[in-house]
Amino acid sequence: MTQIDYGRAAKYFLLQDFFVGFKLGLKYFFRPKATVNYPHEKGPLSPRFRGEHALRRYPNGEERCIACKLCEAVCPAQAITIDAEPREDGSRRTTRYDIDMTKCIYCGFCQEACPVDAIVEGPNFEFSTETREELYYDKEKLLENGDRWEAEIARNLEIDAPYR
Amino acid sequence: MADFFTNSPLGIGLLIVGQVLLVVVPLLVALAFLMYADRKIWAAVQMRRGPNVVGVFGLLQSFADFGKYIVKEVVVPAGADKGVFFMAPMVSLVMALIAWAVIPFNDGWVLSDINVAILYVFAVSSLEVYGVIMGGWASNSKYPFLGSLRSAAQMISYEVSIGLIIIGVILSTGSMNFGSIVAAQDGDWGIFNWYWLPHLPMLFLFLISALAETNRPPFDLPEAESELVAGYQVEYSSTPFLLFMIGELVAVVLMCALVSLLFFGGWLSPVPFLPDGIFWMVLKMLFVFFIFSMVKAITPRYRYDQLMRLGWKVFLPFSLFWVVFVAFAAKFDWFWGFYARWTVGG
Repeated sequence: MTQIDYGRAAKYFLLQDFFVGFKLGLKYFFRPKATVNYPHEKGPLSPRFRGEHALRRYPNGEERCIACKLCEAVCPAQAITIDAEPREDGSRRTTRYDIDMTKCIYCGFCQEACPVDAIVEGPNFEFSTETREELYYDKEKLLENGDRWEAEIARNLEIDAPYR
Repeated sequence: MADFFTNSPLGIGLLIVGQVLLVVVPLLVALAFLMYADRKIWAAVQMRRGPNVVGVFGLLQSFADFGKYIVKEVVVPAGADKGVFFMAPMVSLVMALIAWAVIPFNDGWVLSDINVAILYVFAVSSLEVYGVIMGGWASNSKYPFLGSLRSAAQMISYEVSIGLIIIGVILSTGSMNFGSIVAAQDGDWGIFNWYWLPHLPMLFLFLISALAETNRPPFDLPEAESELVAGYQVEYSSTPFLLFMIGELVAVVLMCALVSLLFFGGWLSPVPFLPDGIFWMVLKMLFVFFIFSMVKAITPRYRYDQLMRLGWKVFLPFSLFWVVFVAFAAKFDWFWGFYARWTVGG
């Protein structure tokens, strides 16, 4: 013969769980919303945030990348493809710098590997496209990204520099 | 002109169609906003914003959804029984809608003032289960089939206790007509004359049974997505799915109307110095709907055996006992006529 827990039975019949839950629900009902109203307001981003890639330039407009291919070598997803040959002035430059953004896992190894801070992952995360082809970035697209996001990227690098 | 509407067959037909539209159109429009309210309440409890993009504060969200459902492609499974497949959502919606024929919104504001109104509502809401069963069977797919079986068992189980609860109210009134039931709740004490006080335990039982009957959370086992994907709705898309959704929500609102008629005095004013009217009926229905929405937000889903245990081993004996109790209380006039209002009712 098992003992009947009268306290528990009373709570069950008086719908205690329900009333406590209802009170709690009403309490949260009037709390301020936790949701960020996304397209109109955005959450804070760390300076280390790894978003869309960009190829940077020096202040004089010269592109930083020296085609050392360290990023291509380190890329775990093998998303980067680089071809290089000497330019007319004899400096070593890329003729092709492609990133397959559909392969990229946004690990940030490419920017870690880069000796001249040329390839970086910027703060932009809103670069969805309607076709897959648009996500095969070439050198032109990456340099354009670099020009557009240079201010933010430079600031983030500066903020993060003491920790590197 | 008046003669045309009362005597000629065409006139009477037009009058009936007009009356039906007068009930159904406001109901369906209200439904769009109730669906929005449901989502907003659910969101607020979870500290989310809910729909807020379409229209001011997202008020037109339901209409946007409606447009989306209409223009989507209708997918019919290869092995489906086409006729039954498309009939199921229609049965579901029609059964939910025709119950409104006997629901009064104010004194005498009713399409058909029949004496067995409660019995009619009860019968029609029992038939709703056919939509679900047909949908699940005609889909020729395992999850819908399992979902519809569950739904059938669940709806039938809880209809038993709903029926017994309603019997208690009928015993108190001595009539099955909604007008008489509301009239019996009229009195000098306003809100304390209503049936929620003498039938307090039954009010809660009815609310819970109504949730189970309409497959609302926490009893949404036919649609338990973690077990059955979406139950009997799995194979439905586009307009048929929309019909199922509307049917389900119309049934929920019907339950709100039933609760407010049976336990909250319908269109009666809660305080004697304010006038009665449709305003109170709508307000009470909204209140009950709010409770349903809150329950959806705060309760986890029941397990199937818990659901069956609750229905057959708790609700059935308890409501049966209550019927006996009310019968004695009414017959032998216990509690100074608290339970027997036959003089006003039948």
